[in-house]
Amino acid sequence: MQYLLLIYDEEKKWAAMSEAETGQMFQEYGGFTQAIKASGHHRAGEALQPISTATTVRVREGKTLTTDGPFAETREQLGGFYLIEAKDLDEAIAIAARIPSAKMGSIEVRPIQVYDEPMG
Amino acid sequence: MTTHAALIRVYREQIGRIVATLIRVLGDFDLAEEIAHDAFAAALEQWPTEGSPSNPAGWLVQTARHKAVDEVRRRAIGRRKLQQAQIVAEVEASFQPEPDVESGLEDDRLRLMFTCCHPALALEAQVALTLRTLGGLSTEEIARAFLVPPTTMAQRLVRAKGKIRDANIPYRVPPTEQLSERLDAVRAVVYLVFSEGYAATAGDAFIRRDLCNEAIRLGLLLAKLLPDRSETEGLCALMLLHDSRRDARLDDAGDIVLLEDQDRARWDEDEIREGLALTESALRKCARQPGPYALQAAISACHARAPRAQETDWRQIAVLYDILSEIHPTKIVSLNRAVAIAMLRGPEQGLAELDAIARGGELDGYYLFHAARADFLRRLGQLGAAAESYEKAKSLVLGDAERRFLDRRIAEVRRGS
Repeated sequence: MQYLLLIYDEEKKWAAMSEAETGQMFQEYGGFTQAIKASGHHRAGEALQPISTATTVRVREGKTLTTDGPFAETREQLGGFYLIEAKDLDEAIAIAARIPSAKMGSIEVRPIQVYDEPMG
Repeated sequence: MTTHAALIRVYREQIGRIVATLIRVLGDFDLAEEIAHDAFAAALEQWPTEGSPSNPAGWLVQTARHKAVDEVRRRAIGRRKLQQAQIVAEVEASFQPEPDVESGLEDDRLRLMFTCCHPALALEAQVALTLRTLGGLSTEEIARAFLVPPTTMAQRLVRAKGKIRDANIPYRVPPTEQLSERLDAVRAVVYLVFSEGYAATAGDAFIRRDLCNEAIRLGLLLAKLLPDRSETEGLCALMLLHDSRRDARLDDAGDIVLLEDQDRARWDEDEIREGLALTESALRKCARQPGPYALQAAISACHARAPRAQETDWRQIAVLYDILSEIHPTKIVSLNRAVAIAMLRGPEQGLAELDAIARGGELDGYYLFHAARADFLRRLGQLGAAAESYEKAKSLVLGDAERRFLDRRIAEVRRGS
């Protein structure tokens, strides 16, 4: 079986942290990632960019509807994810629109955070 | 014209294309704006003492280019010499000394329009970004136009630019299969800017006039860069024909003058001529049937062509509203269709139309619905009922000018009843 672990943080708390505090957190994350890699549990993991970069895509009656912001309703729950390689947001949106659930649910498109230094 | 006034004019005409090219070359909105403004600051400093250059636009592009090259060189420090020279050569090649004849620069503005009006940005952010980057309006001016605090507007712009950068919204004209949908979005932003400027609500009259001019300028640019688009020409025609009545639609006290009472000698002849020509062109270019902008322009053209209000071709207007209400059924279209029918067949017919569209109940909170109803009742001589509807309209209206107009009507019907 595979499990997806979803990390919920308050972006405001991260923004309010000092450099030393975020450094400490990154170090802990690095250690944790190494640990679950070594134990053979790790499959994939990425940090997401803030929700200000999010776009929500829906397809209704064959038309792609795009809106700024994350999907925020609680009626539907996160059911899965695809990690894709796309050259820009337009291509990512086009692929998101092809996911079958786009016709009834919503697909949130979130760019992956790229760090200058590998975090472990 | 003073040097300063000349510079401001050149600024408005050139800022969009200079920023657009800088964004392509540097890949950074903030840096592009900064360098463009540096170039204008240099002009502001040098022109009054050294005199205006013979080609002000060319001077600005050259200055921006030098500054961009400096910036790129500064950032390329540490890279190999050969690499550095390559980057600088690319930047230099991106700028052409004669912006007016170089189509590459025009494409940059088109790219910028599509990026600013990308559907992944919130509509208000699209509007603000378009006015900021293509129109060169300051954050304070845009904030004043949309009645929000400057800090809110500044945050909106920062967030939008951040999203373009971080989510990698492309800087390009969309491919053919997306073009018509994305063009709809650009036209919607342009029309929103115009409508905001044209609304007779409270706010800075000077800024509002600026918004209208800017929207018309952007619309005409879009029509020039992507010709053969009926709806773009329709939008331009619609804006020009509305704008032609700007001076006649308010009296000296700032009160609303209805279309039928306007002094048509005060309508702008040049704008009408251009608007009518574009309306005809838009109708010629449409594939099967005209779209919403071309139809609205055609309706506005009927008014523009009538030398006196009594000579308005209401038959033609009613036909156009029939088509429009089928392809673009909005509240305001249904209402205007009822008004056209009332003008053609009498207020009783108009009232019947209003009753038919009111059945859904969604128009009840809409002041123009009650104002139209009141007007039909007034013309039927049912003054008591008219006064009631005018009062209802007044309770829903937001603008001061509209409220004063309704007050005048209420006083009139009360005197008559």
